[in-house]
Amino acid sequence: MPDPYWRALVTLLIGSVLGAIFFFLVLPTLIIIPISLNTSNYIEFPPKALTLHWYRAYFNDPDWMAATFFSLKIAMATTVAATIIGTMTAIALVRGNLPGKSILQALTFSPMIVPHIVLGVALYLVFAPLRLTGNFLGFLIAHTVLAVPYVVLTVMAALQRFDFTIELAALSCGASRLRSFFSVVLPNIAPSIAIGAVFAFLSSFDEATVAFFISDTGGKTISRKMFEDIDFNLTPVIAAVSTIMVGLSVFLMAIIHHVKART
Amino acid sequence: MRKLSPIARDGVRRRFRQAFTQTSFRHYSTALSLYLLAPLFAVLIAGFLYPIGHLVKLSLFSPGLDFSAYIRVFETPLYMAVMARTFRVALAVTVLSLLLGFPVAFAMARLKGRLALVAGAAVFVALWSPVLVRSYAWIVLLQRNGMVNQFLTETGITSEPLRLIYNESAVILAMTHVLMPFMILPIFAALRSVPGEYALAARNLGATATRAFFRVTLPLSLPGVFAGCVMCFILALGFYITPALIGGPGTLMMATLIGQQATALLDWPFAAALSTVLLCLTLFFVLVFRKVLSFNRGFHGVG
Repeated sequence: MPDPYWRALVTLLIGSVLGAIFFFLVLPTLIIIPISLNTSNYIEFPPKALTLHWYRAYFNDPDWMAATFFSLKIAMATTVAATIIGTMTAIALVRGNLPGKSILQALTFSPMIVPHIVLGVALYLVFAPLRLTGNFLGFLIAHTVLAVPYVVLTVMAALQRFDFTIELAALSCGASRLRSFFSVVLPNIAPSIAIGAVFAFLSSFDEATVAFFISDTGGKTISRKMFEDIDFNLTPVIAAVSTIMVGLSVFLMAIIHHVKART
Repeated sequence: MRKLSPIARDGVRRRFRQAFTQTSFRHYSTALSLYLLAPLFAVLIAGFLYPIGHLVKLSLFSPGLDFSAYIRVFETPLYMAVMARTFRVALAVTVLSLLLGFPVAFAMARLKGRLALVAGAAVFVALWSPVLVRSYAWIVLLQRNGMVNQFLTETGITSEPLRLIYNESAVILAMTHVLMPFMILPIFAALRSVPGEYALAARNLGATATRAFFRVTLPLSLPGVFAGCVMCFILALGFYITPALIGGPGTLMMATLIGQQATALLDWPFAAALSTVLLCLTLFFVLVFRKVLSFNRGFHGVG
């Protein structure tokens, strides 16, 4: 068999398989954009004419707006709480003199592993009698539990990379432990803390399973509202909301990318 | 020499270590470390440990010790079928993710220039789109008047729209799409740490490209493959959103059965028992595979 032909054929074959897989990977995410801009009430592809009607419908709907602001409020508070708690945890786990560190570490990351449906049901059972369902504080607690591991992961990695002899130098120059932490260690791990904060924000804003169980009519997140609408009335407004959510996620991850590239 | 008691000996040893190895500089004291962990403990107890403990208690006591909910789980053929389906779907999703994810990870690790940028961006967008959005997209694609059916009827491949959604294949397909990044990222991280020169060296020594891949590159990427498979399988076992939206009554899995019992039938003790079973299964797999499971492997590999 002539070798160059054979190689070209193999390259073509591998290329098309890879292309198909990448198509499968991105198509479902990208398909929502034309749908959100489509004039028709039904899902049509390709769209016959373009409109921003569904976006207007989203911004003019008080239910969607209430859910969006509720989600944003929760996500911002979760970011603050999870970033502070996660950073403290990472410092203790990397630099602390702790017995049973591996068990503590496993406990810290366990919310990532426990099925969210189990946590959702469990939280509902405890929160409902306390009137913490559909409640800001209830969501803050639940989402902080879920967001902390992301912050701990990023900050722990930064602390493990950090050359502690720099801190030693500060200490031997007469800085106190506190001062050396705040003016030497903290500025060094700050980019990673910021990345952890973005992860925390997205993990709360995009979280759907636990939010499904601890929302109620008085307070529901954007994901719960979306779940309901997908189940009951499949309008292109959902595509508009989806496009906005994907845009937000990709924008924030692009920021992380940028921060990482600079450090 | 005078014999020291074990405690005194430890004290001497500690002082010795402190004086010579500077562990006291490197490490914060136990007390300070525990203070640093206190907020985490508070949140974990209020929002994780206590609720889960409460759930397990509810499944076992009513109010006396009562295993009837568990007996119901394990003696009803329907629920055993649900459990079998959960494992079958999780396994199918893992295998499919591996088959589709490995080439993607390989391409991401080996491509250069503009193609590498496109590949990275594709994985990036897919990974960071909310799960709910991606499940919705699959409904749009697969429903009765959805895009795939439109395409099939308009091109005349089929005369009637096909029933593509609310069945097990649709659930497997959509879950594979959602969980694939958890397979891609660990494999990508493993492959990136294998220098391309290794395969070149093998080729240089006379191996064919296929042989170099199967004897050199693939074995070196196995830690990533195992981590990805375990992560995918564990997440698939307890996945709720996608099977709830894309599955039908005939495709109940553990998570959707729990959701149904809790939200539609309001049978909380039974939902609690099912949740406890799912939790124990998940923890069992985590414990068995804890060596290969690594959360941070690949997590930082994005981009």
